[in-house]
Amino acid sequence: MKKLTALLLVTVMAAAILVSCGGASSGSAEYALVTKASGNAYNEKEAEGFVAAMKAQGITSYVVKHPEKATVDAQIAVINSLIAQGVKSIAIAANDANALSATLKSAKEKGIKILTLDSDVAVADRLTFCNQAGVQEVGQALIDAVYDIASGAGEYAILSATSQATNQNAWIDAMKAIAAADSKYKDLTLVEVAYGDDEPQKSTDQTQALLQKYPNLKVICAPTTVGIMAAAKVLQDKKSTVKLTGLGLPSEMAAYIGNDADHSCPYMFLWNPIDLGKLAAYASVALVKGDIDGTVGGTFMMGETQYKLTAVEGTNASEIILGPPFKFDPSNINEWKEVY
Amino acid sequence: MKAFLRKLSGNHEISLAIILVVLFIVVDILSGFTFHGIGNIGEIFKNNSLTLIMSLGMLCVLLTGGIDISITGVLAFAGMTVGMLQKYNVIKNVPLLFLIAIAIGALCGLLNGVVIAKGKVSPIICTLGAMYIWRGLATVVYNGEWASGENVAGMSAFGNTAGPYIILAAAFVVYFVVMKWTPFGRKVYAIGSNREAAQISGINVDRVEILVYVLMGVLAGLAGALSVSLYGSAQPTMQDGKEMDVIAACVIGGVSMSGGRGTVVGTLLGGIFYAVVYKALPLVGLESIWQNLIKGVIILAVVVINVVSQRISRRQTLARREI
Repeated sequence: MKKLTALLLVTVMAAAILVSCGGASSGSAEYALVTKASGNAYNEKEAEGFVAAMKAQGITSYVVKHPEKATVDAQIAVINSLIAQGVKSIAIAANDANALSATLKSAKEKGIKILTLDSDVAVADRLTFCNQAGVQEVGQALIDAVYDIASGAGEYAILSATSQATNQNAWIDAMKAIAAADSKYKDLTLVEVAYGDDEPQKSTDQTQALLQKYPNLKVICAPTTVGIMAAAKVLQDKKSTVKLTGLGLPSEMAAYIGNDADHSCPYMFLWNPIDLGKLAAYASVALVKGDIDGTVGGTFMMGETQYKLTAVEGTNASEIILGPPFKFDPSNINEWKEVY
Repeated sequence: MKAFLRKLSGNHEISLAIILVVLFIVVDILSGFTFHGIGNIGEIFKNNSLTLIMSLGMLCVLLTGGIDISITGVLAFAGMTVGMLQKYNVIKNVPLLFLIAIAIGALCGLLNGVVIAKGKVSPIICTLGAMYIWRGLATVVYNGEWASGENVAGMSAFGNTAGPYIILAAAFVVYFVVMKWTPFGRKVYAIGSNREAAQISGINVDRVEILVYVLMGVLAGLAGALSVSLYGSAQPTMQDGKEMDVIAACVIGGVSMSGGRGTVVGTLLGGIFYAVVYKALPLVGLESIWQNLIKGVIILAVVVINVVSQRISRRQTLARREI
């Protein structure tokens, strides 16, 4: 009896493990999307846009893969299985800029069209990159927000994701470069770049530490969705006078956005991850059909809009920029929080 | 003086308390005397209340010679459940949501307990499987969604009251009393010290063992609801990997991994030690990229001091018996 019970329980567990591993895979996939990891609302929205755009084009042979963890290893495993399946294109949001290189090269040798979205890899390893917003545009929007909220002068800090995060580092570097190049920003002082590792608890610790270390701090800029959310709650719960801006999801930040003392974030930015997924879907199809080949200057249609492949600054590799970052403030947050 | 020194090196809790005080003073100086404020101390407890609460359950599990690494999976599943119940306006009552999270945790713990006690499956393997199941369910059942901000406004507001402190204090008081003065507490120690002797002396070992895992589940479920309250968000990935922090807090507090030895006070000190390190690292002016490395070195150093002090105490005991 005891053995039977144990056997039964183990079977249930095994079944549950199998269920939890299952993905949205179809028989013969041609177009693949690989996100950063499962269990992340932002990635789900990208996938949603990708799927919707495939359906809108009448394509059913697509597959979306969410790696188990946000690591390179998990993505390599997923890509290898896609190569074995013989897909025609892989759109990937890379967890690391360089470590995927060997795997992507072997995919390329099999004739698979590789493109990236959200986070790029080394330009030699992909045909083009669907860029949610140009690095310069994001850096400019963020430093201007800090300038505006701090009224032109004072101390500000940055709360980032991990210290290796490709996107965040590029945006932060752009912010620093813009601030250094224009004397308009000379009275703003960046006191620290802290890393919350996209964990609520660590981001909370780091935010509190910033407040404690810099009593004259005026603004925290968090260019990451988890970080901004954690910081928003810390500042709002403390009724701190320090204000927040950065990049966040409207549905998560709605409770914190407002111009009065009761709200910690006057306004923030983001792009639409659903549209980014759509762009990746249309670009995948255009690459496979041969409408574009990844060289600068090519164009393709996404519904009614024409998108153009532009050069990544300082190289002749191409990227497709979705548009400028979108500003969420008290006037539009209630409308957008229902969307994503 | 000699007697005092002997007591000092022999009593693990006192030596850990001294290390803790020294660490606290050092950090206070390094942080420009901003560390000893009431607000800061409050935050130390609050930010680490999840680890502290779960370390009590882990203490009992470790005392029986077991281990449970499924706790943060349970936390995520319970936390996601209460998060989604609020997001879709099913239930908004905060105490009721806490009870639901606790009930889910208890059921998860029961499954672990039955498989381990009745099925004689090794605890680390059983809870490893369970860890993937609960974390996987948190992702699959809720389709990778998040609940945050306005969705969980009720719980988030509770997180900013004295509530989390009261829960934390109550958990420690209850466990202190139970482990020291009740038959259940004594049975847990008895099983960990010598399982066969406990069985022969009439203790229902299986039942106690199941109950230990149920209680671990209860605390993990509670921590799930608390996590949503403290961070104003429920995500399938929440607290991923933090089970190791909980086990480390116990070990720093002198709980033996092989069972039978460890106290509630020691666990509390271990948990606070961990919490102080977490809170201090970003404050003392270290570069962010060094923080994990330093954390590891400090933990290892304390565990080594532990082992040495235990060895000294054992030698002294033997010497006193003139063996």
